[in-house]
Amino acid sequence: MGRGWRELCLIVLPTVAIAAWAPNLYGNVLLLFNFVLYITLAQGMNAIYGFTGYLPFGYVGFFGAGAYGFAIAAMAGVHPAAALAVAGGAGIALGLILTPLLRLSGAYFAIANLAAAQAVYQVVANPALAPITKGPYGVSLSAVFAPRASYLVAVALMGATMAAIVWLRNGRFGLALMALRDDPVSAASAGVNIVRARTIAWLLSALVASLAGGAFAWQISVFYPETAFDMSISIFAIVFTLFGGAGTLLGPLIGVLLLYGVYNWIGIAVPQYFQLIYGALIVVLVLFLPNGLVSLLTQRGIRVP
Amino acid sequence: MSPEPPPLLEVRDLVKRFGGFRALDGLSLDLRAGEVLGLVGPNGSGKTTCINTIGGLQRPDGGVVTYDGRRIPGLRPHRLSRLGINRTYQSPRPFASLTVRENVLVAATEGCGSTPPDLDTLLASLGLAGQAARPAGELNSAEQKTLDLARALATAPRLLLVDELAAGLNPTELLRMAERLRALADRGMAILVVEHLMGFIERVTDRVIVMNAGRAIFGGRLAEAVRDGDVKRVFLGGAHGG
Ligand SMILES: Nc1ncnc2c1ncn2[C@@H]1O[C@H](COP(=O)(O)OP(=O)(O)OP(=O)(O)O)[C@@H](O)[C@H]1O
Ligand SMILES: [Mg+2]
Repeated sequence: MGRGWRELCLIVLPTVAIAAWAPNLYGNVLLLFNFVLYITLAQGMNAIYGFTGYLPFGYVGFFGAGAYGFAIAAMAGVHPAAALAVAGGAGIALGLILTPLLRLSGAYFAIANLAAAQAVYQVVANPALAPITKGPYGVSLSAVFAPRASYLVAVALMGATMAAIVWLRNGRFGLALMALRDDPVSAASAGVNIVRARTIAWLLSALVASLAGGAFAWQISVFYPETAFDMSISIFAIVFTLFGGAGTLLGPLIGVLLLYGVYNWIGIAVPQYFQLIYGALIVVLVLFLPNGLVSLLTQRGIRVP
Repeated sequence: MSPEPPPLLEVRDLVKRFGGFRALDGLSLDLRAGEVLGLVGPNGSGKTTCINTIGGLQRPDGGVVTYDGRRIPGLRPHRLSRLGINRTYQSPRPFASLTVRENVLVAATEGCGSTPPDLDTLLASLGLAGQAARPAGELNSAEQKTLDLARALATAPRLLLVDELAAGLNPTELLRMAERLRALADRGMAILVVEHLMGFIERVTDRVIVMNAGRAIFGGRLAEAVRDGDVKRVFLGGAHGG
């Protein structure tokens, strides 16, 4: 059995099984949903940051586009399954519109992407578009409300996203992406079509975030533009990924379980200290473990899945 | 005697400008399969720019490059790679976080338009077998240059452009590298060698072109070049090229 299959069987399938079974053991399904959602978003972030080096601060733009894609379709009476397809289509469309940003590098890319997400938010929240998006007044999808089904859809999406990371880590395409992340000039002379490879990784991560947004819209069913385009969604996805270790399958997973766990625990136990503790944790991490928790092992030459 | 086959690479009146400055100012050269052509000249004479424009990294502003009977200016490096043109870089450009073996694997799977060589044999022949599992970023500069060559060879090129491969090698390594390039040419590869070390040029090349200020000022055997008046002036007066 190849390494990829082992990772699928030993990491992805158990994670999916535990997540699917968890509501039978723990009653707060919304909290479980958020864990599943952040694992998905962190792995989607991983696909673009971990394998190409682009850090999209405006990642939430795809999430919001997916949430509104789902909502607009569902309000028009479309079946939720088809509405999810609309959500994914919205993410791909936005990703295609934003492909020119891939010509920018480093901070310029991050900032331009952030601005793009803001622009989409402004359009959606514009009162003039209220007949379509309900503008700033928010949407209500009570007609399709189905917490159980939407939870399972989110779990399936999480599994598919993790499987995509396994494919990137073990397949030929992921290797080409990592080569281009290290040196685009010599990657091109090694035969990598760098424009095409980057675009595929970009659209993959856009698709993941927009489908996650669609599942989110279905799960909570009542939300506002500020909810779906909340910057902290981007920040969380980035922090969880970096904390655990980008470019690996386990890193973002561990990042979400630990940091989002701590987040919920501190937030409930000592809300007054929450921001201080959380902020300090992140600063310590960036200073002492810039490549994430998994680098504790990879530095010693141990391969982390 | 059978008539000579047409050159694999024909460069005619190549011009490359950077702003108002002409880094290549009407360069022409021919290169046949199985032939090693040296490109020498003082610093800044346009040698690397010549490789960059033939290799698709930079677009020429004038002139014609014909490879295997087909005009190639405008093709991107990944297309040229699959057509059989590859190169090394003056400052090596490894995929630092990938292992040595993954470095050549990328090139073999993505950039080879024919049958790629056996990668373990390739690494062994270049003395990199022991490093195969190490991240390329950990290699020293000479090893990284050799890895650049290994990566280029993994695409099974018919035309190989090497840019100062010998700098940083010790005398034994130099000798071995020269033998390897000769052996590749003997099996039919066309090789353009940019180099400052004249001993190395002497050993590997059939012919040299001496460049100055973006033009060829001499073409022929190295032994004749050192007696040529223009060449002497370029190398001994003003800029010196080692
Ligand atoms: N991207 C660029 N932008 C502007 N000028 C450039 C660029 N690349 C090269 N040049 C200039 O073109 C001239 C030729 O450079 P090139 O690197 O081809 O020289 P070279 O013969 O390879 O020199 P060396 O022996 O030092 O490697 C130099 O004057 C250099 O400064
Ligand atoms: Mg040079």
